[in-house]
Amino acid sequence: MNPHASDAPIVDVELQPVRPGEEKGSFAAILQDLVFTVDHKKLGLMYFGTGLIFFVIAGLMAALMRYQLAIPNHDFLEPDVFNRFFTMHGTAMVFLVGMPMIFAFANYLIPLMIGARDMAFPRLNAFGFWIFFFSGILLYFSYIAGPGLYDAGSAPDVGWFAYSPLTLKAFSRGHSTDYWTISILLGGIGSIATSINILVTVFCLRCKGMTLGRMPLLVWLYIVVAFLVIIALPPLSACQIMLLLDRFLDAKFFDTQAGGDAVLWQHFFWIFGHPEVYILILPGFAIASEVIPVFSRKPIFGYPVMVAASVMIAFISLGVWAHHMFAVGMVSGANTFFAISTMLVAIPTGIKIFNWLGTMYGGKIRMRPPMLFCIAFLFQFLIAGLTGVMLAVAPFDWQLTDSYFVVAHFHYVLIGGLLYTIFAGVYYWYPKCTGRMLSEKLGHWHFWLFTIGFHLTFFPQHLLGFLGMPRRYYTYDAGRGWDEWNLISSIGVIIQAAGILFFVINLVRSYFKGEKAGDDPWDAWTLEWNTTSPPAEYNFEKPQVVRSRRPLWDLKHPDDPDWKYE
Amino acid sequence: MTLKNGIRSCKNLAVRSLVAFFGLGTLAAQQADDPPIRAIQNIFEPLSTPALKIHETSIPVLLICAGIFVLVTSLLIYIVVKFRQRSEADRHIEPPQVYGSSHIELAWTVIPIIITVVLILITARTIGEIQNAPIPEDAVRIRVVGHQWWWEVHYLKQDENGEWVTDFITANEIHVPVGTREEPKRTHFILESADVIHSFWVPQLAGKMDVIPNRKNELWIEPWATGTYLGNCAEYCGTQHAKMKIRVIVNEPEAFEAWAANQRQVPTTVEPQVALGHKLFMDYACANCHTVDGTIADGVFGPDLTKLMTRRTLGSGAVDNTPENLFKWVRDPQAPDMKPGCLMPDMKMLDSEVKEIVAYLETLK
Amino acid sequence: MSAEELNAGDPQGFINDPSHPDQPWRLPSPRHVGIISLILTESALFSIFVVAYLWYIGKSLNGPFPHEVLHLPIFASVCLIGSSFTIMGAEFALKKANHALFNIWWGITIILGTIFIVYTGLEWHELIYEKGLTISTNVFGSTFYSLVGLHASHVIVGLFLLITVLISSFRGKIHHDHHEHVEVISWYWHFVDAVWIVVLLVVYIISVHADRPIV
Repeated sequence: MNPHASDAPIVDVELQPVRPGEEKGSFAAILQDLVFTVDHKKLGLMYFGTGLIFFVIAGLMAALMRYQLAIPNHDFLEPDVFNRFFTMHGTAMVFLVGMPMIFAFANYLIPLMIGARDMAFPRLNAFGFWIFFFSGILLYFSYIAGPGLYDAGSAPDVGWFAYSPLTLKAFSRGHSTDYWTISILLGGIGSIATSINILVTVFCLRCKGMTLGRMPLLVWLYIVVAFLVIIALPPLSACQIMLLLDRFLDAKFFDTQAGGDAVLWQHFFWIFGHPEVYILILPGFAIASEVIPVFSRKPIFGYPVMVAASVMIAFISLGVWAHHMFAVGMVSGANTFFAISTMLVAIPTGIKIFNWLGTMYGGKIRMRPPMLFCIAFLFQFLIAGLTGVMLAVAPFDWQLTDSYFVVAHFHYVLIGGLLYTIFAGVYYWYPKCTGRMLSEKLGHWHFWLFTIGFHLTFFPQHLLGFLGMPRRYYTYDAGRGWDEWNLISSIGVIIQAAGILFFVINLVRSYFKGEKAGDDPWDAWTLEWNTTSPPAEYNFEKPQVVRSRRPLWDLKHPDDPDWKYE
Repeated sequence: MTLKNGIRSCKNLAVRSLVAFFGLGTLAAQQADDPPIRAIQNIFEPLSTPALKIHETSIPVLLICAGIFVLVTSLLIYIVVKFRQRSEADRHIEPPQVYGSSHIELAWTVIPIIITVVLILITARTIGEIQNAPIPEDAVRIRVVGHQWWWEVHYLKQDENGEWVTDFITANEIHVPVGTREEPKRTHFILESADVIHSFWVPQLAGKMDVIPNRKNELWIEPWATGTYLGNCAEYCGTQHAKMKIRVIVNEPEAFEAWAANQRQVPTTVEPQVALGHKLFMDYACANCHTVDGTIADGVFGPDLTKLMTRRTLGSGAVDNTPENLFKWVRDPQAPDMKPGCLMPDMKMLDSEVKEIVAYLETLK
Repeated sequence: MSAEELNAGDPQGFINDPSHPDQPWRLPSPRHVGIISLILTESALFSIFVVAYLWYIGKSLNGPFPHEVLHLPIFASVCLIGSSFTIMGAEFALKKANHALFNIWWGITIILGTIFIVYTGLEWHELIYEKGLTISTNVFGSTFYSLVGLHASHVIVGLFLLITVLISSFRGKIHHDHHEHVEVISWYWHFVDAVWIVVLLVVYIISVHADRPIV
């Protein structure tokens, strides 16, 4: 039934004749390889590389916005330019950085971790990547092509959640919003395709002995993420289709003049939008759940509870969307319901944090860069979770929503949570992908600069929210108590940027000069460390067989294997 | 109640030191008889009932969160310090392999559940108290209509059929009477939008409420301190979202009544020395968008100008209402130091014409 | 690692473990998991359009209204729902390796689906040109055409798949061991039919009889 797990001999591609333009190492050959490849590892790295490029672009936009806001009444950016920047920054960070980054890890790691030779549908995998790639190009292309007929500005300027009716023809002329909509529609198709692929891969290609209860937690969490994607992305696609019908065929979905309802967009968008937060953060949890045990030298504490908590988070996250809408004037019953459901998320999330602490407790913690980023993640995600609880208290939210407090909150989630675990994952798996270690010294510079800069930028934004500063302001008056905090926040950006610079230098430099890694530099326990670094195209020479959650532990400790206790 | 007072005094100290650090606001556009400008809108210094209720809800929430934060952070630090790998020699002996413990896990499931239940009870109570409060008979009722990027303000009165109809219209600056904490004076807002979604937010008076086309939202305040409260539009609504500011002027009841009486007065004559300005105002497109009661100008796309000179700012708080700014505004509201992107166009008038129009506008008080 | 290496510690208990070479290791078919995932995601897409339709019942500011222009498409519904049974007949025939019967049942399914889609075309023609309901007339028009249109587009995709299989079958390329491929298409077709039952209920029954907003 399963072609990938068979013992079929591997064809040696080197034997095929070399045609002109296909010499190994030439630019044309590399390009051709990138375009034609269906290898899950190459696609994973391409997701990562593309995500990194978009991350730098969207990050620069953020830096320019912080420069504008450093002092009151600054006239560095015009209002329209600023509005486009925050729209593009938000859209790009969610759809062109967050999504490809999580799929990068999924693509690279899932087949390796379950002992498979590729994803279930390799060509669908390549399709998913390329449709994402072109959706990103399309979004940025709007800067060139957006003006449309009326010369009404270029890139989209409606905010990343694009509340109607601001997006309708009457208020958003030209074609910039059309580019935004079509780009997100395309990206959604790519994400759904990739997620179906993940589900099929995990359910159908596991190596012998790897029951669902023996899968690494990362794989489990990606099942949950893939389920969330296939359930939560279609509402986004649906409301983008409705918006396109409104804009091109004059339909009335969100036309308030014709009885349409502006709040309907918000419901549909956040039915996607809130699970999307978990789609982005669960892979962060997944990476932490792999890194923390290895660097604490202990198995994950309470594996079944971790799985159950993740499933609970995903399940509850489908019923909390309207906590983004406490201020739209819902009836008190609805406000109460969504406040309660939102607070319930805190329970499984708390369990997870305690289980990570339980994993570290009694271990021998190795303070290498991946672990440093994971410890910072625990601290920052704790803050993000607690500010989330504050926002869930609906009356408190009436003050805090749409203020800088919310900006601080979700940057603590997405940077303090997701980005830090991505960094941890990069330091952890870079040796596997390239065969070389990342420099620890540069890694420490990266970690400390970025952490200081991050807190300097985003912690004061909580206080700005308390002092009544709304988000998405291109400028503000002096004397409202906002000046100092904005300045501090902007200074932090410089330090963060320096940290990122160290990271990028480290990535490039270590590729050529890094210390050789060997197959298993961290003395880890999951199957990806049971093959060469970097793995061959077919991943494993022999089909893998596992008997516990930590197959390499069993191999290294035949006297005390895990399967005695599971 | 001592605990509550203790909490309040601690909080006051924290807030005051914060405010002291910021220095005091230096916003102009203040006139001698105006109540003081409250530029620093700290949500923890409420001066009106709903803001106070929110504040009282937020304190236990903040305390619980702070407690959890301290606890978990200490635990994290303790674990990292205690269980660090000490030396390279230590490396080859693995620690005891522990896979989990159902007792411990049960404990850290039950405790968060209890905390969550407490938070839910606090939350549900306040939601009901604010959202379901009945409107007193003597409440001032105001209909606010959000526009890109200014606020249209209708003061309402009851006609003979008991219907609420417009008494008089103004823009951007909302005057309301002050009450006391014992005898509060309610002002009730009905919020509507003419175009896209906005949000009405004056932090020291109440939480924010979105202003949505095709819907009627409601918001109430009961301020007990006079002052000129600065608020903002809090839902992104297009180019000049940042300069869609609100002023709520909370004044003594007598001063409020005097102001309202003046707003109701419709001028009947145009002073002869500004007749040219008046003619220009009507001849250029001004009258298409702006209303001046008692004249043929009855446009509704821009703010009502009948009592323009009683307002302290122009362009919904973009600039102070001084003769110099008024001149610059009428000549070109799109100038970088005015409100670039606003929907009032540069009419390309001669300076002499602008001067005449400004002279006419300055009689509207 | 190999089974022998794992075997070392505990040869006795190992025999009962799924990793033992003698123990069977069965995984679900990728086609089944794939089509179930696709159906899940499509269901989420349809439910949003259904919710939009329900949300806007009775909220159109101007006519035509549902009760004025819609009538229950009984014949078309019987055809589409009947086609779910004929495709099951075809599947059964293929499992029995009866190719002639498979072709007959499969062909009838295509004819029934085509009748349905032709009916929808005629209905839309009448609505647009005689009753004056377009997608931009009112919120009823917008939600009606988007929901029914989304369903019709799925029927068209399904017909395309069905016809592809029939052509292959005539060229002798469908064999007994393709029953899983055929099964996947038939699951999709059942899904499209199930969606139609929901559409029928929501559009042609609930909204025609509701005289005021229900949400």
